[in-house]
Amino acid sequence: MGGLSHYLERAGFATAGISLIRLHSEKIRPPRALWVPFELGRPLGVPHDAAFQSRVLQKLIDLFDIPEGPVLVDYTEDAPDSGPSDMTGLACPVQFDVSNIESETLEMAVVREIGELLPWYDLACKRRKRTTVGVTGLEIEEAARTLAKWLTSSPPMDVVNDHTPVAMLKLAVEDLRAFYFEAAAGQPQGDTIGSRQLADWFWGETSAAKLLLALRARLIPDEDPALKMLGHNSVVPREQWTRFGIDDRWWHER
Amino acid sequence: MARLSDFDEIGRDYYESMPMPEFSYTPWVVAKPIAKARVAIISTAGLQRQGDRPFSVNSADYRILPNDTSSAELEMSHISINFDRSGFQQDHNVALPIDRLNEFVAAGKIGSAAAFHYSFMGATHPDKLEYAANQLAGVLKQDHVDLVLLVPI
Repeated sequence: MGGLSHYLERAGFATAGISLIRLHSEKIRPPRALWVPFELGRPLGVPHDAAFQSRVLQKLIDLFDIPEGPVLVDYTEDAPDSGPSDMTGLACPVQFDVSNIESETLEMAVVREIGELLPWYDLACKRRKRTTVGVTGLEIEEAARTLAKWLTSSPPMDVVNDHTPVAMLKLAVEDLRAFYFEAAAGQPQGDTIGSRQLADWFWGETSAAKLLLALRARLIPDEDPALKMLGHNSVVPREQWTRFGIDDRWWHER
Repeated sequence: MARLSDFDEIGRDYYESMPMPEFSYTPWVVAKPIAKARVAIISTAGLQRQGDRPFSVNSADYRILPNDTSSAELEMSHISINFDRSGFQQDHNVALPIDRLNEFVAAGKIGSAAAFHYSFMGATHPDKLEYAANQLAGVLKQDHVDLVLLVPI
């Protein structure tokens, strides 16, 4: 982000940017930056809190009143907790039917979970009047099957919906996670479920997470650099690595 | 929770080790008074409208987000999995504050909103974004944009 502010300011536009990692802004020295102490993915702080978002936006545009730069200002108001960080006092977002799991493949288990989540996903879509699922252009079951196929000896080879197999793989990961997270938000606790609690549920309790974990293990040894990098960086988030005993610091080898 | 101390040791190591572009100086444009300025938002969240091409690995191009883009139209195809998506799923304004910007315009705090806002895929190294940024500068001038708000993810 700081690079873009350099380029656009050089082109004649005054810029002001939000900074999420202060250390990076200290190194890049963009003209005007407002460091915020919020969770990555939430640069304005709090969803559905227009007053909070407006305070952040006001501080950001206030940077234009400063006569000289570069300036790096700290936003001092923390976002309120986005929900409990563990499951204490709350039911698991979704309890799956695990009565027949012994005979299931991973693909079958994920498709079953999707079926159980669909009513909650539909409810969430109606309540939010939107969904972020759909970047693949596939039905969600098909997206899951596409991912599972990478675990077989005949991975996808065809261009589908104008996406190469590698591009489709990445987008299917995106759709699968979005579907589960949005479905969980359809549950009675709805948007009060914290981001960390959602992540704990997804990565700790779903077959979809097991599928992604297996996919990661499949992709990293691949000779194709694009697949290898997807395995490193785009399937299992770093903050979940400790849970799975992963310590794959690939960034020291680039 | 974006303090380095809030990440585990692996996360801190990642962010501390990340290569950063080096700039010999920081350019500075004197800002037009905000109440008279036309303002565009540029996000690096990998956002696109439904039906637009998703971003791919190392995408250095951008997607166009008209100022009247509705929440229902917005999708995200950022390559990194290492940030929360649930906030954006609840409310796009937590990542792309178009509604807040338009409220500031209505309240007279900001002169006007640009006709178009833009999204890049932020995991792409900044050096690769320079060409697209220079192209975008020409488009911003045609839209008479004065000030740009940069919002990462």
